[in-house]
Amino acid sequence: MDSRSSELAVGPAREDALPASAATAVKIVVVGGFGVGKTTLVGSVSEIRPLTTEETMTEVSVGVDDVRGVEQKSATTVAMDFGRISINEELVLYLFGTPGQQRFWFLWTGLFEGALGAVVLVDTRRLESSFDVIGRLEDGGVPFIVAVNVFPDAPTHPLDEVRTALDLPASVPIVACDARSRGSSRDTLLALMRYLYTLSTQSAAAPVAASAATE
Amino acid sequence: MTPSPINDASSSWEQGGPERLYVITGGRGAAGRRADLDLVTLVVARAAARPEMQPEHASILRMCHYPLSMAEISAYLKLPFSVVAILVSDLLAESSVEVRAAVRTAGIPDPELLKAVMYGLQKL
Repeated sequence: MDSRSSELAVGPAREDALPASAATAVKIVVVGGFGVGKTTLVGSVSEIRPLTTEETMTEVSVGVDDVRGVEQKSATTVAMDFGRISINEELVLYLFGTPGQQRFWFLWTGLFEGALGAVVLVDTRRLESSFDVIGRLEDGGVPFIVAVNVFPDAPTHPLDEVRTALDLPASVPIVACDARSRGSSRDTLLALMRYLYTLSTQSAAAPVAASAATE
Repeated sequence: MTPSPINDASSSWEQGGPERLYVITGGRGAAGRRADLDLVTLVVARAAARPEMQPEHASILRMCHYPLSMAEISAYLKLPFSVVAILVSDLLAESSVEVRAAVRTAGIPDPELLKAVMYGLQKL
């Protein structure tokens, strides 16, 4: 009896259920190294306690990993924490935190497909770990902003210095963020949305600008 | 009491070992899976769970009384997304669930969609 009931997976608590009218969902990806505060940021703005989904590493990824000698492989499963924000009665926003290290890029294919954009969360004490991530997002054509998580014990750097250190194009926004704060995390997401909005209105106007330039 | 081999086997079974995943999906790989399912595809049950169903299928129908994303189903079932995608594809094939497709923007998202998200975030 007991063992039978423990097999039955329980869904969300009633208060965590979406309205029946929820019709579409969009996603934003928060990417960064271990301990940079991805789950903290997600948890700060999520209306549900962050949940964890996992994916199994493909054999190809394991092979690449072994060649690189990054880590002894015992675990073949990678967890991603995520949260949820109901935008309105029909629209739901999901936030996924994903590790930035190259050996986890196998997760990214389905994750970034259809995503609105990404927040690259960085720790100024470990900036070098963000180079690969930024390069990969640029190559993949994923729009992103950079958020510098402000740790109490980390030296503060002017954002311009971080931009230079990351070799970030002038067009990509960079903001300071306190991932523990709901307001600051929300503002970080809004900064991404404003950037995307600018891109969307620019791309709509682009054909006109192009034809004007040729005249 | 020393743990019996049976107990050891059942604990790795519980933890979602490869054998369990293989059994749940009937050994099917991506062949059993619809390509249009995303982590944020919303799933809604359109039929009640039946006693003869595989427990995982029944669990999905029970938890999707209200819309639930593929990612949330994966989290509550403690199964990888790729396995959940196969299970939901089964339920779609027998019309037990309906899916509400994720917005999949090709390149830059629609400005109206972005405005709606901004408005929602500002209310947080």
